[in-house]
Amino acid sequence: MEALRRKTIFATGQGDAAYLGWADILILLGLAVAVYLGVQLASSTPPSLARAEIDLNPQVLPYYALQSVRRMAAAYILSLLFSIVYGYFAARSRSAERVLLPVLDVLQSVPILSFLPVVVLALTAVLPQAVAVELAAIVLIFTSQVWNMTYSFYQSLRTLPRELREAASVFRFNWWWRFRRVDLPFASIGLLWNSVMSWAGGWFFLMAAEIFTVGDKDFRLPGVGSYLQEAANANDTTAILYGVLTLVLIVVLLDQLVWRPLLVWVEKFKIETVENDNPPTSWFYNLLSGSRLAGALHQVLIVGTIKALDRRLGGARRFEPAEQERPLHWTQRAARILALTIFVVIVIALGIQLIQLLLSVSLDDYGRVAAGTVATALRVLSAMLIAMAWTIPLGVLIGSNPRLANFLQPLVQIAASTPATAFFPLIVLVIVSNGISFNVAAVLLMLLGTQWYVLFNVIAGTTAIPKDLRDMTDLLRFKGWNRWRKLILPSLFPYLITGLITASGGAWNASIVAEYAEFGQQTYNVIGLGALISEATAKGDFGLLTAATLTMSVVVVIINRYFWRRLYRLAAERYTME
Amino acid sequence: MTTHGHKVLGEVLVELRNVGKRYGRGDKYTEALRGINLTIREGEFVALLGPSGCGKSTLLRIIAGLIGASEGEVLYRGKPLRGVNPNTTIVFQSFALYPWLTVQENVEAALEPLGVPRLERTKRALRLIDHVGLDGFETAYPRELSGGMRQKVGFARAMAVEPELLCLDEPFSALDVLSAESLRGELMELWLSGGIPTKAILMVSHNIEEAVFMADRLVIMDKNPGHIVADIPNNLPHPRRRKEKAFLAMVDQVYGQIVGKTRPEAEELGSAPGEPGATRALPAAPINAISGLLERVNEELTNKIDIYRLADEFVNDYDEILPIIEAVELLGFASVEAGDLSLTPLGQAFAEGSIQARKEIFAARVKRVPMIRWILSMLKAQSDQRLSWDVFIAALSREFPPEVAERQLDTAVDWGRYAELFSYDNSDNTIFIETEQPISQPAPMP
Repeated sequence: MEALRRKTIFATGQGDAAYLGWADILILLGLAVAVYLGVQLASSTPPSLARAEIDLNPQVLPYYALQSVRRMAAAYILSLLFSIVYGYFAARSRSAERVLLPVLDVLQSVPILSFLPVVVLALTAVLPQAVAVELAAIVLIFTSQVWNMTYSFYQSLRTLPRELREAASVFRFNWWWRFRRVDLPFASIGLLWNSVMSWAGGWFFLMAAEIFTVGDKDFRLPGVGSYLQEAANANDTTAILYGVLTLVLIVVLLDQLVWRPLLVWVEKFKIETVENDNPPTSWFYNLLSGSRLAGALHQVLIVGTIKALDRRLGGARRFEPAEQERPLHWTQRAARILALTIFVVIVIALGIQLIQLLLSVSLDDYGRVAAGTVATALRVLSAMLIAMAWTIPLGVLIGSNPRLANFLQPLVQIAASTPATAFFPLIVLVIVSNGISFNVAAVLLMLLGTQWYVLFNVIAGTTAIPKDLRDMTDLLRFKGWNRWRKLILPSLFPYLITGLITASGGAWNASIVAEYAEFGQQTYNVIGLGALISEATAKGDFGLLTAATLTMSVVVVIINRYFWRRLYRLAAERYTME
Repeated sequence: MTTHGHKVLGEVLVELRNVGKRYGRGDKYTEALRGINLTIREGEFVALLGPSGCGKSTLLRIIAGLIGASEGEVLYRGKPLRGVNPNTTIVFQSFALYPWLTVQENVEAALEPLGVPRLERTKRALRLIDHVGLDGFETAYPRELSGGMRQKVGFARAMAVEPELLCLDEPFSALDVLSAESLRGELMELWLSGGIPTKAILMVSHNIEEAVFMADRLVIMDKNPGHIVADIPNNLPHPRRRKEKAFLAMVDQVYGQIVGKTRPEAEELGSAPGEPGATRALPAAPINAISGLLERVNEELTNKIDIYRLADEFVNDYDEILPIIEAVELLGFASVEAGDLSLTPLGQAFAEGSIQARKEIFAARVKRVPMIRWILSMLKAQSDQRLSWDVFIAALSREFPPEVAERQLDTAVDWGRYAELFSYDNSDNTIFIETEQPISQPAPMP
């Protein structure tokens, strides 16, 4: 049931345009320029910095856990604010939408991890290191959380039923009333479910951000992630176990005490006017709603704040000119053209410098980038195949068996929201000490981070098969392979595609941590684009870093546009149950 | 105050002068409304009627100030209207209640922006909820209520802001028959007794009986582009009874106005896309509905039926039956005059024919329809007798707005498939002429 809701809400932005348009090219250029600027800043960082001390004593774990959660929370709040503002403008203004939407689309398919060095180094160039590293971690987590939330909020605003919107106008709600009475409640369900997913994704990147080093520059932050890595470095199995246990505990606690109650509460904003027969439940929510103290606190803190805001911001809408498309005044046009020209000039100027930087990379290195791209692509492909091979049978089993689902669903959820990066040190340790190829580790790590999306979607797809269709298939006595071919696979197709799109994007991203690892004095790596990015980061080779990052961005965007989007459309047209 | 249950007309509230509405810019625009002149006075209950796509809802929204007019003047109490009209409110077809607010909160939400103090707000909301008979449901959420009760909240909310002009956008069409009837009665009671400060009501309706039952003036519109074709006063005394002769005569008259009269064949057929003259748009009538209608009329001994009776038997809203009537007229299966539909001999043959005979009659007739003729000639001009769906859409988009073009082609393909003239291939989105002999033995009926 939950997985089902996920599917409809988590569908990522698959717009209409299947080809690279002007806007996309401009955005990619802008992105390249941003990378370049970051690299410029980064290369001016002082060379040696003090090494952060990570204590392996389990007693410090609560403190570390708190640190990690604090970073996550800061990034999440930032994401929430950004989503609302960005989504609001994209949905409200036609001309803003034309720019903001393609930007969003590209940004959500770009490998976030490879921007970490650039962000960290750029920030350390302008801020004291302690602040800069914290900020960089937060920015990184933010970039991993924000896009799907923004897209969801935008989507909600765009799909608000026309008459609800008109009622707000007729009753003259000003922007505040409209936002608090109409837009936010309507968007809340999608926003919350996406928050849960973003939060889980955030852990993945937090782990990476906490254990970050560039060459001899050590940017590690005290937290659960760095604890785990330090433990693996020291070959301290007890510490590793403590670390993983702490992490799982935090994940479960947050799920039970924060997300679950919120998911129950947000049910009241459902637009469907029929009762849900299987709503989410939360013991903690029930506890809170039965508690006087919680009620009083809610009354004072939340209701009080809202009332104060109402008094300050609420009011009737003035008479505004009615919605009317009118041509732009020539000065407006001139201003627009001028702004665009300035933008283009800056982009070109920086673009030239960027090209110079890219030209400084040796031909040999470009050969490695090309080979790495192919290798990583093959690894992503095998990870996807393995993911499908086990998630389809298991997902169908869970999806068609409610009792099994009740039992397994919570376990799967916890497994899914425990960040794969936490296990990386452990897995690498086991695999390498047993003399197994690091290639296996790389694929396994990618798989760990991404297979859940596929599993969830398969479960959702299975539960969504109409009962009549199942019965008919039984009546026709389709069994075994025939049943899969006639009923199950076609019904699953749209869900599977949705899951695979998210998973493959994640796998490319994960290649950066999966293909390259440093333990103690040893470096393990394989040929791959992710490995190249990590290696360039470790060596401080910014030319190569830029080249590899841009290659990955472009490759992911192209694969999305030309491969996934077509499949997605096919799925939407041919295999969707109506 | 009232004579025979009619209100004395007062000052002019709304005045529209030559109002038009276009969507889109430059060459590519669609005209939704043209040359609308309309005056609404205090004490009037006006109903707007017309086939779907005639712009009634757009007109209502222009008067409420939700949409601006592209041409002409919109005056309210003699002053040009800018922005949302503060003296009106709308009761929506879908109720437009906020599902996350309780009944009471929904009503109060309308008062909050106006700065009504909290106590006063609560008092007014509770009084209105009581007024519409929802006492005891104040803390219920809309999803817990039936459709009729939800619309009562819609009315309570609208009345909370005490509008001078109450706009109703098909307020009863999403309700079941009985709830709709009781709600109509209650609204009429409030309106006629002067129990609400509302000075005039404007209602968009898809139900002619409902309009005749409630309104004092019936404004009838037609499409392409939307314009007013008739303005009929309705002086039947209140309370009105649906089975009375005068009432039925009124309903019949209004139906006559809306469905018009079958024109001579050449005019009825119109011209194909690309040809001079207005392209004949296809009514969105499914084949089954066409045969169902013809069979029903064929049951009458005279092969003739009052259209309002037909509507009464099958549907609540005339909107559903109009395209089907238009289709049988276009195909020459029936003709319309003075609110009556009579079968032609061809229509009779169709109604009585076997599956195969029906297909043949239909094919013969549908080949005369310009749009179908045009599609066939385009396909025949191709060496493989195949053309992409998008090509037709591109051609049709020169004459129709995009979504209408899609609908046109949908209907054309539906008709063409039934007539076995051409078919549609889903795998590559093409329309093609079937080359093999498609009509084999008719399948035995189970």
